[in-house]
Amino acid sequence: MQPGSVYAIKEGKDAVEQHTLSILVDNEPGVLARVIGLFSGRGYNIESLTVSETEHLKHRSRITIVTRGSPAVIEQIKAQLGRLVPVHRVIDLSVESKAIERELMLIKVRGSGEHRSEALRLAEAFRARVIDATTESFVFELTGKTDKLDQFIILMQPLGLVEVSRTGVAAIARGPEVT
Amino acid sequence: MTRQMTGAEMIVQALIDQGVEHLFGYPGGAVLPIYDELFQQDKIQHILVRHEAGAGHAAEGYARSTGKVGVALVTSGPGATNMVTPLTDALMDSIPMVCITGQVATHLIGSDAFQEADTVGITRPCTKHNWLVKDVNDLGRILHEAFYVARSGRPGPVVVDVPKDVQFATGTYEGPARVEHKTYHPQVRGDQGAIRAAVEMIAKAKKPIFYTGGGVVNSGPEATRLLRELVRLSGIPITSTLMGLGAYPASDKQWLGMLGMHGTFEANNAMHDCDVMIAVGARFDDRITGRLDAFSPGSKKIQIDIDPSSLNKNVRVDIGIIGDVGNVLEEMVRLWREGKHAIDAPALKGWWGEIDRWRARKSLGYRQSGQTIMPQYAIETLYKKTRGRDTYITTEVGQHQMWAAQYFGFEEPNRWMTSGGLGTMGYGLPAAIGVQAAHRDALVIDIAGDASILMNIQEMSTAIQHELPVKVFILNNQYMGMVRQWQQLLHGNRLSHSYTDALPDFVKLAEAYGGVGIRCEKVSELDGAIDEMLATDKPVLFDCRVANLANCFPMIPSGKAHNEMLLSEDATDEVIATAIDEEGKALV
Repeated sequence: MQPGSVYAIKEGKDAVEQHTLSILVDNEPGVLARVIGLFSGRGYNIESLTVSETEHLKHRSRITIVTRGSPAVIEQIKAQLGRLVPVHRVIDLSVESKAIERELMLIKVRGSGEHRSEALRLAEAFRARVIDATTESFVFELTGKTDKLDQFIILMQPLGLVEVSRTGVAAIARGPEVT
Repeated sequence: MTRQMTGAEMIVQALIDQGVEHLFGYPGGAVLPIYDELFQQDKIQHILVRHEAGAGHAAEGYARSTGKVGVALVTSGPGATNMVTPLTDALMDSIPMVCITGQVATHLIGSDAFQEADTVGITRPCTKHNWLVKDVNDLGRILHEAFYVARSGRPGPVVVDVPKDVQFATGTYEGPARVEHKTYHPQVRGDQGAIRAAVEMIAKAKKPIFYTGGGVVNSGPEATRLLRELVRLSGIPITSTLMGLGAYPASDKQWLGMLGMHGTFEANNAMHDCDVMIAVGARFDDRITGRLDAFSPGSKKIQIDIDPSSLNKNVRVDIGIIGDVGNVLEEMVRLWREGKHAIDAPALKGWWGEIDRWRARKSLGYRQSGQTIMPQYAIETLYKKTRGRDTYITTEVGQHQMWAAQYFGFEEPNRWMTSGGLGTMGYGLPAAIGVQAAHRDALVIDIAGDASILMNIQEMSTAIQHELPVKVFILNNQYMGMVRQWQQLLHGNRLSHSYTDALPDFVKLAEAYGGVGIRCEKVSELDGAIDEMLATDKPVLFDCRVANLANCFPMIPSGKAHNEMLLSEDATDEVIATAIDEEGKALV
């Protein structure tokens, strides 16, 4: 049983899954508002959202959404997205192939002495780049899977973490084919 | 065909090119150029309403009764915000509507200008799609796209928001032939394998039932014809949602009546006990299913719907067929004939035997005694008096709506206009005006309640001005009857604000508008009074005084299953007070 019906007496007991959806849309005004309005209006979750124009000449954008829900809710989300007028295609990257997912993070760390050199050593281990430095701070740029970024944040916390900016997940299917 | 013209000219030209004959609207600052164009032509008849919501509901009634797209035209700001209710109503009930809204000039957008509202923002969740037109050269294409989107797939309302400077600007008009949509191509033909599997599943059934909805009516007359053919070929019983009434004739012996919260005992029990359910253009709404985890527990379910998101939304189905109802039914009828299929005769006979026992409970029975008119009797009498006439019925929302659905028999589709999904009080009178505009010589009756009718009573003035002789048949019990009934069921009969202490004199009110008022208080006067109403060629407010405290039964109390119906004969005060348990009380 699902939200949406007043007779959904108990919340779904089904296991909750995480899915990465890739939504190809016409890049017209308001298209992002339609997509996220659908999620908020129907009570679905957005774990991560990434959007940018990907085919300039065709005015097409790719919206990548990481969402969570029971299998039935995920099916419903895909069907609801599919019927939005400016949506070309909805691709469930968690089903149709092993997808590659990457996220980019900028993270500012402030400290001195042992903390400062430890932060730099860890950054090297994570293959983070220093893109800004002062005598008392670094800004690192780090790309990778979400859990790698999460892990780096945890490590930086005792070393003087100041703030974090993340792009959200961008994803694409493996192999030679168009998805 | 491309031509140079102003934006305002394009709007009128696009409407003409789309075959629009009637337009419901209300002028204002941001649509004056369009009104100026309307003034200078005679192909489109504009019907001036008294409130923008009236224009929206009139367009809905027009669309529902003709199968065409209904069109409304309103100004910016409050004109647009007043359209939000009809747009939401049309979205819920899948009514094709194009609403054109004026907008402040493009350079003023975002400046909190006079009568500015973020119309596309406000109407985004209550339309199928909407557009803000910033370049006059896009206007023609967008208008034709708007009609295409409104009528294609699962129909619905769309908004085209046109800033005033775009209406004045000159540009190139694109005719309808050039429009091909980039992204929106709904699947019309059903999957052959799924259709074949469905036909075989039905053929093997022992206790099958058709459960049909508004999608059959929306699909068009061919879908209705094919549904009737398949039902008769197979001998399977059929029930329908509120929105689907009329697709199958109510006088037929295979018809079980409406199902759901106020459906018949036989329809709901047959749904509960069936072994194969064929849902056709119906979406398993909560008014239909009752308690979901006890909904038809033993059946295999087949669902035909043009909207992929309707499948498996509330109820998991075994075979889902995405496609236009008419298209899929055509295949099913063909395969049924080709395979010389037939339901096992003894099984079907046994199934009808069970249904006949449920029918014998006469769940729509009521007691009419003395001179106080029972509301059910009033509807039955109205039905009897109008049989054989070219009749269209609209309703408001509440007890009267359910009684109309239960006691008025519909033989044909597109004859029943009601606000099903949203449940909008005030829908019926403007909807009736829309219906009457499309069918000048027909008998159009809004079956109303005394509370609902006051929500859009100003449209009486519209009916008078445009000589649209709609009849408003008010079941007047001086209460918001359904609210009162639920207060009795849920809240210890504490009737908080559900009694209307100062109702107008409906007879004088009708006369004040220039119409005719009729009051009827006694059973013995009812026939004559209805005759008088039917003989009047002007708008009528018929004040039918009915039993104040009558309840609408049968009923599936909230949180209960199809086989736990409350019948009128069992509904003592005590039973009513305890019919809904704690869990059910939280439900709407």
